[in-house]
Amino acid sequence: MRRQNWTPGWIDLDTPNAARMYDYYLGGSHNFAADRETARKAIALWPELPMIMRANRAFLRRSVHYLAGEGITRFLDIGSGIPTLGPVHEVAREVHPEARVVYVDRDPVAVAHSRLLIEDDPQSQVVEADLTDPGDLLSQPEVQELLRPGDPVGVLLVAVLHFVTDAQDPHKIVAVLRDALPPGSALVLCHAALEGRPDQAGPHQEIYSRTATPLTMRTQEQITAFFDGFELVEPGVVWLPQWRPDSQRSVGSHPERMTGLVGVGRRP
Amino acid sequence: MTAAPVTARGSAADFHEAWEELLHGQGMAMHPRTLRRIAASTSGLLHRARDETPFDPALAEEAAAVLVNAQFTDPQLLAEAVELLQTQLVPDERGPDICQPALAGAFAAGWAAALRDRTLRDQESIRVAADSARREAEQALHASEARFRALFENAAIGIGVGDVEGNILAANRALLEMFGARLEDLQGRKVNDLVHPEDSPDVWGAYDELIGGRRECFQCDKPYYRGDGEVVWTHLTVSLIRDEDGSPCYQVAMLEDITDRYRLQERLRHQATHDPLTGLPNRAAFFEHLEELFDKAGPHTRFGLCYVDLDGFKVVNDSLGHDSGDQLLVEVAARLKAALTPMGHLVARLGGDEFVVLLEDSGGEHEAVAVARTVLTALDDPVLIGGHRLAVGASIGVLERPVATTTPDAAVRAADLTLYRAKEAGRGRWTLFDAQSNARAVSRYTVSVRMPVALERGEFFIDYQPLRSLADGSLVAVEALVRWRHPLLGVLGPDEFIATAEDTGLILPLGRWVLEQACAQAAGWVHRFGSAAPQLNVNITAHQARNRGLVIDVDRVLQATGLDPALLQLEITESTAVGPQDESLGVLQELVELGLSLSVDDFGTGWSNLAYLRDLPVSALKLSGSFVGDLNESEQPTEAECVGWRIVSGMVSLAHTLGLTLTAEGVETEAAADRLRMLGCDWGQGWHFGRPVQPDQIDRLIAAAHIV
Repeated sequence: MRRQNWTPGWIDLDTPNAARMYDYYLGGSHNFAADRETARKAIALWPELPMIMRANRAFLRRSVHYLAGEGITRFLDIGSGIPTLGPVHEVAREVHPEARVVYVDRDPVAVAHSRLLIEDDPQSQVVEADLTDPGDLLSQPEVQELLRPGDPVGVLLVAVLHFVTDAQDPHKIVAVLRDALPPGSALVLCHAALEGRPDQAGPHQEIYSRTATPLTMRTQEQITAFFDGFELVEPGVVWLPQWRPDSQRSVGSHPERMTGLVGVGRRP
Repeated sequence: MTAAPVTARGSAADFHEAWEELLHGQGMAMHPRTLRRIAASTSGLLHRARDETPFDPALAEEAAAVLVNAQFTDPQLLAEAVELLQTQLVPDERGPDICQPALAGAFAAGWAAALRDRTLRDQESIRVAADSARREAEQALHASEARFRALFENAAIGIGVGDVEGNILAANRALLEMFGARLEDLQGRKVNDLVHPEDSPDVWGAYDELIGGRRECFQCDKPYYRGDGEVVWTHLTVSLIRDEDGSPCYQVAMLEDITDRYRLQERLRHQATHDPLTGLPNRAAFFEHLEELFDKAGPHTRFGLCYVDLDGFKVVNDSLGHDSGDQLLVEVAARLKAALTPMGHLVARLGGDEFVVLLEDSGGEHEAVAVARTVLTALDDPVLIGGHRLAVGASIGVLERPVATTTPDAAVRAADLTLYRAKEAGRGRWTLFDAQSNARAVSRYTVSVRMPVALERGEFFIDYQPLRSLADGSLVAVEALVRWRHPLLGVLGPDEFIATAEDTGLILPLGRWVLEQACAQAAGWVHRFGSAAPQLNVNITAHQARNRGLVIDVDRVLQATGLDPALLQLEITESTAVGPQDESLGVLQELVELGLSLSVDDFGTGWSNLAYLRDLPVSALKLSGSFVGDLNESEQPTEAECVGWRIVSGMVSLAHTLGLTLTAEGVETEAAADRLRMLGCDWGQGWHFGRPVQPDQIDRLIAAAHIV
């Protein structure tokens, strides 16, 4: 049952949107003129962005694959956007054909698109909810069903927490989610870090400040603190390509240029 | 050409490796296994395309489509792929100049076609998603709109919407019912049209501020005319609605029908502000009106008050009964109202048989006096009640002043006090306010209100005035005189507050306090100066003398201070001692039995029967100062003065005949003292012998006499 919204918002396709810009970086066409225009500006300033996004996607794949290999069959992908390139259910099902995934996003267009994608998949669901209101997010029936006591759940916060401002207290949000997870559950995190490309952090955040989803890059210390209450899986919090790479070659000589710090933690 | 297949195979492996390397850059998101599978299948297709005879572009196109569908969509990849195809795929016997461009071209064309398909598909799907999201939002909006519409229409409270130009745009059912109007009647009208004469003065100011964007909302009670001309009273809340930029765009009014509540309030208010018997405004309403007048008055505004009290009303009430008294009041009220209301004056009943007329914007005293005359004239004709023709008289205190010189309370008090002067002066007349006599009366008033607190706060103190022997000038006694250090009026003498203390009963605690203080003081003198210590004279009033507790008090104080009762003389007035049947006689008797003495103060002013001296246990008389003060020591005494001295001489004889000590009060000169001594008067008191002073000065007097 959807919430009764007393003052519904309007669908605005003229304001750039992070989910559709992300799709553009990845070479997709699930985007509109405003998204492309802003994404192009971002790329002009920082040509490595498409590669960073692919590295991000690769981490998502590796981490889900790893967790599936560890026996996790339920996943909660928060800030799933437009998951065309290697969506979680596809990756997980390479290991567990019965894997269940709930996708969560606050953008109604992304949600509608995800619904189209998984229309015929009874094991996947899409929920429109906002990470900044974790209480509401957790109260969604699909999420409650997924988090019911028993099997551990893999919660993915991949490239989404940096869209939560400090005023919205992201550490508190993660703590609320953590406390709702069954034992053995895992947190998968990817977050834009200030230390990777200090020269790019300022202008890049400036570009996103004009979108509906302003960006807050954080320090390694702040990012590591998201794992409070979790036990970090080897190799801990590292640069994007460094986390359990497919091959040493794919790490490259400058993993910090991928700017994302990532990690996987398990709830004891 | 045997080497050709080998070369071809060798170059095929090289190409495959280069091809996989090419894909790796963009394919990092994929699992390496997946990437290898795609690389293998596409390079295989391309090899087959090279070898196909005749050349068929389909295989190259298929390879391109596999890549595009796996999201290898970067144009840079195409450029690199074409280059690789041209340099690495070794041509066969059909010749390099023909084959390689054809293969690369087919691949590029296939890429373009596949990318175009994919782009269209992606665009289609995101468009569908956007439409679907938009549709859902629209539905939610419609649902929300429907909810708000239902809420607006069905709300029990009246709601109206207008723009900031004041045009009424919408009104809900409750509002239309409240106004007894149809929507058409209201639409197109201006909010400003909905004025009502009883609108509170601030409403329209607040409204202007609101539509001007200078305030967000306001609330008030406001009447409106209904369609049928009736009035509906509402509790109104108006809020400003701003657009996204913050500019005012709408006003929303919410109205609650409070007509019943308002009517009830009005009725209660009328009951609270009107005298039920006469229908005139009551005391509360009058004061409210007066205060309002003071609030609004300019610097030179004058006003007048006629404080009216019926003469002999009590007699009517007592003899003919309260019903007749009430009828009389009703008739008087009607006459006053008929005579004065047309002149624009407010008539109110303050209570009992007291009425007041208020003149606003008076032109001077003469106008207030004219009103007083009108009142008296209106009451000239007798009132017919139950077959009796009752002559109604009234006394009137008239006050006419600039508003700036007084306060509502002070003005009414002054008019009331003026009324009493009118009563005292004989009834059936008006008296004009007089500042001096008012000041006296007011101080009496101030005194009584303040006095209870004053005792607690220690505002009283005692001075002592010497009494000397006329024979040798020695200090024989001191009279304790209580003083009040009033915080506003300064030091007050007993004349100014004892009468009030007597009226209010406060004399008992005050008298007790004086006794305690004075006896302790006198005992102290005895302790320090022995037999040189003077007798202590303390005044007691009629009220005290009637109170049996006085005996207990005096006894207790004497015990507590250890003062010899023989050194204490209580002074009573003639009026205290009048009449042998008076219960004070018993009290006085018991006092004397304690061992103290009594004297009669102010003797000679009471016109009383001297016979009482026979029954009173007194041992001294104090001749009123008026006897001595009137006697000038002129060379040629007038006949009156001679008579005066003869009276004093007679008093001396009388006192001595009765065995009483005689003290002359009011001795102000040496000559008077000499004359009194010659006449045989015993003691003297007055400024000549010393003014009332603080006890430490009495110390000095005693000490000085001691040395001598």
